[in-house]
Amino acid sequence: MRVWLLVASVAVTAVAVKATGPVLLGGRQLPSRMTRMLGLLAPSLLAGLVVTQVFSRGQHLVLDARAAGLAAAGIALLLRAPVIAVMAAAAAVTVLWRAVG
Amino acid sequence: MDGVAPDPRRRPAPRGFAAKVLQSPLRDGARAVAPLALGSLSFGISFGLLARSGGLGWAAPLLMSATAFTGTAQFAAVSVMTTGGGLLAAVAAAVCLNARYVAMSVAAGPSFDGSVLSRFLRAQFILDESWAIANRGRGRFDLGLLLGAGIVLYVSWVSGTAVGLFGGGVLSHPEMLGLDAVAPALFLALLASHLRERRTLITPALAVLVTVALVPVLPVGLPIVVAGLAASLGWWSR
Repeated sequence: MRVWLLVASVAVTAVAVKATGPVLLGGRQLPSRMTRMLGLLAPSLLAGLVVTQVFSRGQHLVLDARAAGLAAAGIALLLRAPVIAVMAAAAAVTVLWRAVG
Repeated sequence: MDGVAPDPRRRPAPRGFAAKVLQSPLRDGARAVAPLALGSLSFGISFGLLARSGGLGWAAPLLMSATAFTGTAQFAAVSVMTTGGGLLAAVAAAVCLNARYVAMSVAAGPSFDGSVLSRFLRAQFILDESWAIANRGRGRFDLGLLLGAGIVLYVSWVSGTAVGLFGGGVLSHPEMLGLDAVAPALFLALLASHLRERRTLITPALAVLVTVALVPVLPVGLPIVVAGLAASLGWWSR
């Protein structure tokens, strides 16, 4: 029973948060200040995603093989490699780092 | 953004319905997210295994993947629940981890057209990866890319869950193949495409500082939401 309550609660909350923006703001002409703000939301969240997915484990800040992979991705980007190569470099260096370390 | 959504190459044009699907942003989104599908499948398998070893049966975890479709939040909810954390704690963990989707869906919101129901349904394909791929800068989002990428991720996540529940542990350790570094690499690449102007340099830098400072302090999932608030600097920029 508790399991089904969990499934229902996780589903309902997930569906609700995802729908917020499109349902409330969809097809609207927003004031230009707000548009600029929303435009800056993307780079901010992307930066936050990179930090949490690479440098954190739970509530701990960590520096591990993923950081080496991200550095490889950064170098590939500077060399103007295509995105697929950037991702491949990240995976390869992360695996190698783990094998060595 | 070069290379993320490859331009359709010159090839003989298919006809009819197939042509519509094959030559649409839907396909471009699917192609752009393809390298991440393996990671999504692998995370799905490890979620299935986690749920199975936690004794949740097969129907509930599968239904959860099919309805909630939020990788990390499902992991958190199931591991809190199966380690004796209680229902409320489990749901709270999931809500924290999903909180960033409020920010993401608000950012993408104005790009959605059509009826309320269609906006509501298509919004469900917002996931970190599909959202990032669909973002075209300056607050614009390509819904075709979002759906194409979202559908691929959905199928790989749900089928991964099934494999983990019924099958073995093949591919169940994303970190063995370095798959846990692939999505951040994509996010970095997409972030780089934003950094051509100075004001878009300041906000992500601030977001990084805020996230680093708050990870040890706030519950998992919330630091990134506060980091998103860095965007409110846009209110004063011109």
